[in-house]
Amino acid sequence: MMQTSQERGSLTLFYRFHIDLPLFLALACLSVISLAVIYSAGGQDIALVQRQSVRIGIAFTVLIVLAQISPLTYKRLAIPMFVVGVALLLAVLFFGVVGKGAQRWLDIGITRIQPSEIMKIATPMMLAWYCSQQQLPVRWTQAFGGLLLIAVPTLLIAKQPDLGTALLVFSSGVFVLFLAGMSWRLISAALVALAAFLPVAWFFLMHNYQRQRVLTFLHPESDPLGSGYHIIQSKIAIGSGGFEGKGWLQGTQSQLEFLPERHTDFIFSVFSEEFGLMGVCVLLILYGFIVYRGLAIAIRAQQVFSKLLAGSITLTVFIYALVNIGMVSGLLPVVGVPLPLISYGGTSMVTIMAGFGILMAIATHRRLVLRD
Amino acid sequence: MNRRRHNALRDYTAEAGLFASRAMICMGLVATVFLVLLGNLYHLQVTGFQEFQTRSNSNRITVLPVPPNRGLIYDRNGEILAENIAVYSIEIIPEEVDDLDDTLTRLVELLDLDESVISQFTTQMRRARRFPQIPFTDNLSEEQVARFALHQHHFPGVSVEARLQRHYPYDDLFTHVIGYVGRINRQDIQRLQANDSYNLYAATRTIGKLGVERYYESVLHGKPGFQTVEVNSRGRVVRTLEFTPPVPGQDIYLEVDVQVQKIARHQLQGRRGAIVVMDSENGGLLAMYSNPSYDANQFVRGISSTAYQALLQNSNNPLINRATQGRYPPASTIKPHMALLGLEDGLVDLDTSIWDPGYYELPGVERRFRNWRSWGHGWVDLRKALQVSNNTYFYKLAHEAGIDRIHDFMLSMGFGERTGVDIHEENQALLPSRGWKQANLNEPWYTGETLSVGIGQSFWTVTPLQLATATNILVTEGRRFQPRLLRATRDGEQMTYQEPFELPPLNIRDPIFFSAIMEGMERAVSRADGTAHAAFVDAPYRAAGKTGTAQVISRAEAEQEPELVLVDGEQVPVEVDERLRDNATYIGYAPADDPQITLAIAIENVGGGGRNAAPVARRILDFYFDYQKSVEQAELRDEEERLKEQREEQSDDAN
Repeated sequence: MMQTSQERGSLTLFYRFHIDLPLFLALACLSVISLAVIYSAGGQDIALVQRQSVRIGIAFTVLIVLAQISPLTYKRLAIPMFVVGVALLLAVLFFGVVGKGAQRWLDIGITRIQPSEIMKIATPMMLAWYCSQQQLPVRWTQAFGGLLLIAVPTLLIAKQPDLGTALLVFSSGVFVLFLAGMSWRLISAALVALAAFLPVAWFFLMHNYQRQRVLTFLHPESDPLGSGYHIIQSKIAIGSGGFEGKGWLQGTQSQLEFLPERHTDFIFSVFSEEFGLMGVCVLLILYGFIVYRGLAIAIRAQQVFSKLLAGSITLTVFIYALVNIGMVSGLLPVVGVPLPLISYGGTSMVTIMAGFGILMAIATHRRLVLRD
Repeated sequence: MNRRRHNALRDYTAEAGLFASRAMICMGLVATVFLVLLGNLYHLQVTGFQEFQTRSNSNRITVLPVPPNRGLIYDRNGEILAENIAVYSIEIIPEEVDDLDDTLTRLVELLDLDESVISQFTTQMRRARRFPQIPFTDNLSEEQVARFALHQHHFPGVSVEARLQRHYPYDDLFTHVIGYVGRINRQDIQRLQANDSYNLYAATRTIGKLGVERYYESVLHGKPGFQTVEVNSRGRVVRTLEFTPPVPGQDIYLEVDVQVQKIARHQLQGRRGAIVVMDSENGGLLAMYSNPSYDANQFVRGISSTAYQALLQNSNNPLINRATQGRYPPASTIKPHMALLGLEDGLVDLDTSIWDPGYYELPGVERRFRNWRSWGHGWVDLRKALQVSNNTYFYKLAHEAGIDRIHDFMLSMGFGERTGVDIHEENQALLPSRGWKQANLNEPWYTGETLSVGIGQSFWTVTPLQLATATNILVTEGRRFQPRLLRATRDGEQMTYQEPFELPPLNIRDPIFFSAIMEGMERAVSRADGTAHAAFVDAPYRAAGKTGTAQVISRAEAEQEPELVLVDGEQVPVEVDERLRDNATYIGYAPADDPQITLAIAIENVGGGGRNAAPVARRILDFYFDYQKSVEQAELRDEEERLKEQREEQSDDAN
């Protein structure tokens, strides 16, 4: 829609393989940055980089495979996936494996799976299907139904407890409702309800460590050696990077291990320290471009289901970036959300890439949809 | 079917429009949020850059003090007496250890250590601490170091450190002179803070505790250096950014001579006592040995409380430096000094003799003050009185001088005061006076006591060092050198020799008084009836001296009348309990015509000075002159060789 015909011509080859080249290139750029920063953050451990390379390879494979599937198939899979996902979440609740203080995994013999990751895709799919059943905009009753659908997986995940994922699942559903035209009055009412809900969550639903995180977020310097330490060190890392950065592998905060969780949750601090505000701008432009491209695909999509799903997937990635960057730079409380496509770790990367696979399927299966 | 109809009714354009507007709103929100994030990052990275850069640097950069190397201590010939040797120790940073008890137990097991190190370590840990790491055990063998290195990864927070430790190669030979260094304790810190020198000890763990090590601490210690290092979050040093080297302490050369000190120790083997050997010409101490002594090295390593208790409770009091802290009645060794008083005040003259019936009578007092030879020495003049150690002569002298005059004169000879030798462990002993007795015993002074004082008894006590120092005043005809251990300091290649510590000379009317007294002292050695004669038969040099025999107080109190405490001679009843036997004292110098060395000897509970202390002096002087000759010969040989080489070189050049 925003491209010239010449550009589109050059992309034809990739479209035949259902790949959206600009998006693909942006993702590839992020992957390269990821490997470079992980090498630095992990103390020049090449084994770490190799493992991450393998994961990136797997994630891109998943992306390419999912891009080949027609959006109609996804629409058909929406309900079964959601049901299975919720069932698995319930199974985790009762039979889950405890790891890192939370019950998130389900041991299915061969491997462990994390049903909450499935819900990151299944929830927006479900909501998109649900909203596409009737003429947009969604009506009050429909919106309530949608919120109920969102609440089920969100609460089950929050119970594990995995606040970060719950937040992402919740927002992926809410984005569908918003994009589906939920009325502004309803949105205002929901915000008021949320505000009323916060004290309830604080006193009845949150765990002690979660409360501690929020308190630390509000006054990190009050506990400089305890839980505030992470945020203080992270801000020092980012701030001391300055405009130009200290240079790759030269970040003292990261290389000398003052930063916690360097190659996972706090990788943005490592990046900011070594590449400075210039590097940060490049990164934010990349993310911005991905969001722009994703929303463009969503607008161009012809089916309502596809539009809503594409929009939600794109905006969820944005939420990832927002929560992570906001957290490490001291704007938001510490919530365990990785920096999308940069942080070390396979699970969330595969989920995100799966989302982009679906996004590309939506972008490239248009003719088929037209014929349908 | 319902669905189909529904679809048919759908307004796709409206839906697309709604979605597009909502998507644009989202895009706008995303852009706004990104701008907020960026604004915050700008705030951190550009506005706050200076602050965060400073905080980042203070995170990673630490300035560590580097201890200076302590100056070495040599004897006068450059023989090393205190050195610094590399030792390996296990050090623990308790903050980095998860389970301290477990770690300690495993360390003891791994290194085959004694269990007691654990309790020592915990006491150390509870004390006021100056360093994060605490030594667990010192002096590891190489094998232990290797064993630990192999298992190091099981011991987080524990490391092997190599550092220099003070070592005294002569163990106990110089302990009372050199002293030792020990770990800095709270009192040391307070003292250093009072001197404003605590900052010099930022990296130093030990400080001079005794003797020369303590007295010359400021010379020996040096100045610390600093290294600016980068550390990681666990405090481990990653690299050094900047290094300011420490300034090492100055080396010290002492007047002592290892060989003379050794012979002194040999002479006191198995006895309690002290020997002071002084360079007559400047007061330098060639030897100062107190027996029994103890190994100084055990204090450097930190002495165990059992070992320390054993030293404290040892009835021979090895911790006491008898040369400077031992208080002995001077007995007859005081007679030459008394003679000088008599001559100066005109109470006696050089040639007048008195008749000694074997006793002296005080007018109006019934009791007789006896000479040690009950039948007397007959006609006795000053020289003879010194030669045979006549008591009657000095009873009369003392009686005529009176206690007040004796006190004042002897004070000017250095008795009753610290000599000012360059170690802090010194006792002023006791020079009695009327005022002292009134104040301490609340009794008036009795004339009888003056007579006892005249032969170096009663309340009068001296240290062997005071005795040597006073004797040297006679030997140098009135020059007053303070005894001194320091010969020179060396700063790098720069040697600075110590000037003698000299007080204004003693004001004596006629120098002939000195020669008369010295003649008397030489006769005590050379004449057949001289009290030290037997010890010096066939000596290849001319010696002079004066013996002394002091009965120990307990025996005097138990059996004797107080005025009879002195028996100079050789009738020592062997059956007396060892601790009740007489103390032997001796002062002397040699050669008699050109004095080079002056000495004082005190040996406890061995019997008379003539038989027990004079032979010790003889052997020391024999050794000294013999050794001196060999040293001179060696120097001559060296000199000749050098001249020969020079000549050869010159002839080479000529060719």
